[in-house]
Amino acid sequence: MSEELELMRGTYAIGEAAIRAGCRYYFGYPITPQNELPEYMSRRLPEVGGTFLQSESELAAINMVLGASMAGARVMTSSSSPGISLMQEGLSFMAGQELSAVVVNMIRGGPGLGNIAPSQSDYFQATRGGGHGDYRQIVLAPYSVQEAVDLTYKAFDLADRYRMVVMILGDGMVAQMMEPVRFPPMRSLDDLPPKDWTITGAKDRPSRILRSLILDVNAMEEHNWKLARKYQQVERECPLWEEFMLEDAEMVVVAFGTAARVAKGAVKRAHKEGVKVGLFRPITLWPFPSQELKALYQRGQDTFVVFELNAGQMVEDVKITLGSGPQIISYARPGGVVPNPQELTRVFSRLALSRGTS
Amino acid sequence: MRKVFSRTKALKPVPFHYCPGCGHSILHRLVAEVIEEMDLIDRAVGVPPAGCAVLAYNYFDLDMGEAPHGRGAAVATGLKRVLPDRLVFTYQGDGDIAAIGTAETIHAANRGEKITAIFVNNAVYGMTGGQMAPTSVLGQVTTTTPRGRDPSREGFPINFTELLAQIKGTAFAARASLHDPVHVLKTKKILRKAFEAQMKGLGFSVVEVLSPCPTNWKMSPPQAFKWVKEEMVKHYPLGVFKDVEGGSLVD
Repeated sequence: MSEELELMRGTYAIGEAAIRAGCRYYFGYPITPQNELPEYMSRRLPEVGGTFLQSESELAAINMVLGASMAGARVMTSSSSPGISLMQEGLSFMAGQELSAVVVNMIRGGPGLGNIAPSQSDYFQATRGGGHGDYRQIVLAPYSVQEAVDLTYKAFDLADRYRMVVMILGDGMVAQMMEPVRFPPMRSLDDLPPKDWTITGAKDRPSRILRSLILDVNAMEEHNWKLARKYQQVERECPLWEEFMLEDAEMVVVAFGTAARVAKGAVKRAHKEGVKVGLFRPITLWPFPSQELKALYQRGQDTFVVFELNAGQMVEDVKITLGSGPQIISYARPGGVVPNPQELTRVFSRLALSRGTS
Repeated sequence: MRKVFSRTKALKPVPFHYCPGCGHSILHRLVAEVIEEMDLIDRAVGVPPAGCAVLAYNYFDLDMGEAPHGRGAAVATGLKRVLPDRLVFTYQGDGDIAAIGTAETIHAANRGEKITAIFVNNAVYGMTGGQMAPTSVLGQVTTTTPRGRDPSREGFPINFTELLAQIKGTAFAARASLHDPVHVLKTKKILRKAFEAQMKGLGFSVVEVLSPCPTNWKMSPPQAFKWVKEEMVKHYPLGVFKDVEGGSLVD
């Protein structure tokens, strides 16, 4: 870590973290609320010998990412919900061809053109693959600018290690807010892990093919099982989560990203009012930290409030994880509404009253 | 004895799967020969399309990477930006480049991407069974124009290479044909010009190649070659539409 603290907005911080992680190629198309990220890259990448290209569409952007990834580069794109929908074709092909890249989605309220307010309505799209076919992508959900920096830096290593797309899932809050951050050191491109699968011209080796077309059904099934084994490995190795004030908690709020930021404030307020609630915050949305959430239930927690900025999406993963044993309550706010901590504290208080625990 | 012919090293020693009389087999060999003659086998990266030529990577003994349908120019852009000293080419059919991939192709040309698009025009969607292509000619009967292509219903055949020639970033744009041996040899010369334009860093290059599809045209191979010569060339004149070096390699 550098010693300097810098005050920076989320989009700029993600761009700088990507460059420090060895990203030298960015392809993207403007869309609010993340326009400052391509703007930052257009200034900054040429300074480090990199390439910024503003594409004619998100469809083109993701396919440029696909091409640069096939050539072995650390490459990224960023967009917001409608643009990410357009990218799903490329994301599916990249999963099939096992290509690595980092994709940032600063979600806006939807469906359709929706609005530009902070939202988490693309949870299903991000965690279920989004495009056609049987695939996954790693999804990292920062809740502060510092965490956006740390996760972006890590995302490139994860993408290369597993030959997968890693998505940074945020929203206008994470994208636009300014916070003090410390940056990790600039990676030397010479120290990046070697890749033995790229297509760069068949010099002194046999020619290579990168493809997702596998017409033979048995070979296609085998390819799918190979991907599935890789995804199982990611599920074992990659879950990230945070537990906050859970020691004496009588109920648990489960929230990620911006919602978790609100929830943390609400948890502190609730404690002052004598309502003992703790926070479980998934940082990886896929792989979902199921074992860790289940462990809470096994330690005696029996009430889980799933707070999210959509109509109730992550609550399905909580239900899949915990089954019908505990009480699972969905507190969902779609459309770009971000309730303040007081509102959420009232939800906890009412719940505590109805349970007669405080 | 003097050796007068040998297999190009840029193709794998395997038989093509293409139908008898299909132009892809001829064009694969021409592309491969030019790459070998330019000594670029170990510096070439190809992008095959969706369509009959999706399996081109089974034949070219080059590094090859698949693109989604129509996205060849975008994928090639990503490759070339990372690998500026390599030969990067796409191999695309008429539907791939002139329907679903129109935007990607025009904008790659407009940026002057130093890539080469090899555009095989056989006036139908071949792989999917002979549906109307953007380049199907007026009156042409296909599986989705059973009454023949009528411009009031289906619009006009598109002269896409002339369109690309209008774009400032395009360095070389030409149309060739495979309908007889003379034109096959001409096609090879034009391919070389396009690759040279790329390697000199002049900009985007495109070679459209009129190519027979006897299976979907429901013709014998000789009939199909005759149809290219007599029908397709009428709609799609051969020649060099743009050459920023001012060459005069015309039909």
